[in-house]
Amino acid sequence: MGNVSSVTNLGRSGVADWLMQRVSAYVLALYTVVLFVFIIANPGMSYDTWAGLFGQTWMRIVTLMALLSIGAHAWVGLWTVTTDYMKSALPRFLVQAACGLTMFVYVVWGIQILWGF
Amino acid sequence: MLVSLYRYNPEADNAPFMQDVEVELPKGKDLMVLDVLNLLKEKDVTLSYRRSCREGVCGSDGMNMNGKNGLACITPVSQVIKKDKLVLRPLPGLPVIRDLVVDMSLFYKQYEKVMPYLVNDQPAPAIERLQTPEDREKLDGLYECILCACCSSACPSFWWNPDKFIGPAGLLQAYRFLADSRDTAQAERLAELDDPFSVFRCRGIMNCVSVCPKGLNPTRAIGHIRNLLLQRAT
Repeated sequence: MGNVSSVTNLGRSGVADWLMQRVSAYVLALYTVVLFVFIIANPGMSYDTWAGLFGQTWMRIVTLMALLSIGAHAWVGLWTVTTDYMKSALPRFLVQAACGLTMFVYVVWGIQILWGF
Repeated sequence: MLVSLYRYNPEADNAPFMQDVEVELPKGKDLMVLDVLNLLKEKDVTLSYRRSCREGVCGSDGMNMNGKNGLACITPVSQVIKKDKLVLRPLPGLPVIRDLVVDMSLFYKQYEKVMPYLVNDQPAPAIERLQTPEDREKLDGLYECILCACCSSACPSFWWNPDKFIGPAGLLQAYRFLADSRDTAQAERLAELDDPFSVFRCRGIMNCVSVCPKGLNPTRAIGHIRNLLLQRAT
């Protein structure tokens, strides 16, 4: 018997990763629907309408939630892809680090866009 | 009918190759693929494959027939033949020992990991451990596995991580003991499965279900294991 250990995956356990990927998928799906409905309901939308939507605190919170969900979702997904196809440890770790860095940048940059204008 | 055979003898060949052989099928009969192999072996005794019971019980002659895994002894030629041609390859993803014979060590190692035996810490009763008919019914569709490896060797997750992902056959047996009312080691069994590879490499593509010669459903069993792990973790 032997448990397979891993330190580079997001939640340290299979069930945690699985749950996070599912929950983040629901958040992203819901966010997409909300945005889509807003765009349909405002034909010929102006900059002010769009900026007004993102000026509200609830929309900023929901958008931040979606951003964090993308980060978690992509981490679990890309970690799985790299451990499937990259059998050499160093290149695999470098690709995982690059993915992690990219997601971190996107999240921080997203926060700046949301609260910075 | 043209039979294209995967041939490899590591002592004589540098690399595996496909050998095309023309076979005259007897008229008015639908042979099983194993019968065709037996006809071929009469002509060339060096052709190697495993077989034993020739009726789908022992699980020895799992192989890849025209791209799909199955048992040669219970697969009629008419069911797999395409354009009068039959391509026979060893089970994919496992090291080839010779021709259609593969090394099943990794497959058995994964099977061993799930503790495929009843664990019960209670004193043994005088006769036997009883089970209600309802509890016994929960094992239907699980205990019938013959370990032919058709499912695990059809699973891409098992191809990429055969040392870490238990694979559909092992996981079906893992659930067979998790679901057994007489087993008292459920917590220990689940603890051994809660890592990102053992169970969660299953992406639910159901290749295992599509090839199982016994009509079993490992994907459903894996779903049950995942639910047990979720209940334990949340």
